[in-house]
Amino acid sequence: MIREFTFDEFWFLVLAVRWTILLSAIAFIGGGAAGLVIAILRISPRKPLARMIAGYIRVLQGTPLLIQLYLVYFGASLFHIRSDAWTAAALGLILYASAFLGEIWRGCIQAVPREQWEAANALGLGYLSQLRFVILPQALRIALPPTVGFLVQLLKGTSLASIIGFTELTRAAQIVNNATFRPFSVYATVVVLYFALCWPLSVLSERLERRLEHVEAPTAALVI
Amino acid sequence: MEYVFQFGIVWRDIDTLLLGAWLTARLSAISMVLGLVVGVAGALARASRFRTLRAITRGYVEAIRNTPFLVQVLFVYLGLPSLGIRLTPGQAALLAMVVNLGAYATEIVRAGIKAVPAGQIEAGKALGLSPWHILRLVIFLPALRAVFPALGSQFILVMLASSVVSVISAEELTAVADTLVARNFRSFEVYLVVAAFYLAMSLGFQAAFAAIHRAFFSRWAMADTR
Repeated sequence: MIREFTFDEFWFLVLAVRWTILLSAIAFIGGGAAGLVIAILRISPRKPLARMIAGYIRVLQGTPLLIQLYLVYFGASLFHIRSDAWTAAALGLILYASAFLGEIWRGCIQAVPREQWEAANALGLGYLSQLRFVILPQALRIALPPTVGFLVQLLKGTSLASIIGFTELTRAAQIVNNATFRPFSVYATVVVLYFALCWPLSVLSERLERRLEHVEAPTAALVI
Repeated sequence: MEYVFQFGIVWRDIDTLLLGAWLTARLSAISMVLGLVVGVAGALARASRFRTLRAITRGYVEAIRNTPFLVQVLFVYLGLPSLGIRLTPGQAALLAMVVNLGAYATEIVRAGIKAVPAGQIEAGKALGLSPWHILRLVIFLPALRAVFPALGSQFILVMLASSVVSVISAEELTAVADTLVARNFRSFEVYLVVAAFYLAMSLGFQAAFAAIHRAFFSRWAMADTR
């Protein structure tokens, strides 16, 4: 029996937004933590380590997110990690976010003038203290607009989790569409919901960027 | 790890995967050319005298940039038939890619045009160049040269995003891989090889863009330093 696209179906889609938000939040927090480590290792004076990290970023930025999710999903069991859609989607998106945020933040750290390092060094601070008290606070200001911008990319990226069977907004749309067969109404609703999530963040990112206009901010997030 | 990798079974179908990679490269290349045309037209529309045209273009760019590509693909393939527009998976994939890339390219080209100093345009006028020549030589070429690296990144992102069109069974690398997996059940090995193919194509396109940049824009780069 074919159901109508009524308020109930609409509400089902609206409620699915929370899984999109939750997945984005997990990916952002996990990817952010890993990304910070990656950014710092990437500029480390130990060349082999920095090169390895550069390779990691290159691979994750040079392959499709969908294939990454497939590899985590089908590969998790090889490493005795539970292979369900939740774990795979979260882990895959964390890896993806870590590479992009790591690269964005590396650019921001390197945009802090060299003299700041020298001054911190002259004050007798160790490497980690230089980073923690002098460089990172300044890099943070430059990093804010592109980070918010990437959050939009990440939010949109969570839609791919639907393909490995994780029920977020896009998967919910497929479920509703299968029941109602009203693809136009269903996907138009989903477009509006994603837009409502992403657009405010895009506007925020642009505003933050305009406030920083006099600072030379790195733009390219893609290395390859 | 008790799992035994079997790449031999993938090797047997390497021709099929190579064909898939070729289909992805072709689909992406066509999208890049058409997307750039849309982007240039969009950037012109954004700079137009007509308010409505500016507003429509802005709406298009914002709508595309703030919704997932996957949803755009599904909307084109499943939603548009309700309006009487029926497309094959291949057509729907190409349309979605061009529309998506066009929006990003509009913003990138626009940024390039905005960066052209007003004095340069005045200099063009002072030299007695026609409006068409000013648009082409004084505004567009320097703008394109300035944003070419950003465009290249966006082109590669679109090539990678094209794997998503496998959900509507459009013919490209990921869809080809999906059919292989359905037959040999070696999902991890197949997708690992596919990931390597995509990485190689990213590097290939990047090298191609670098070559294009050198071939077309180095002349002007020299003129700059003079």
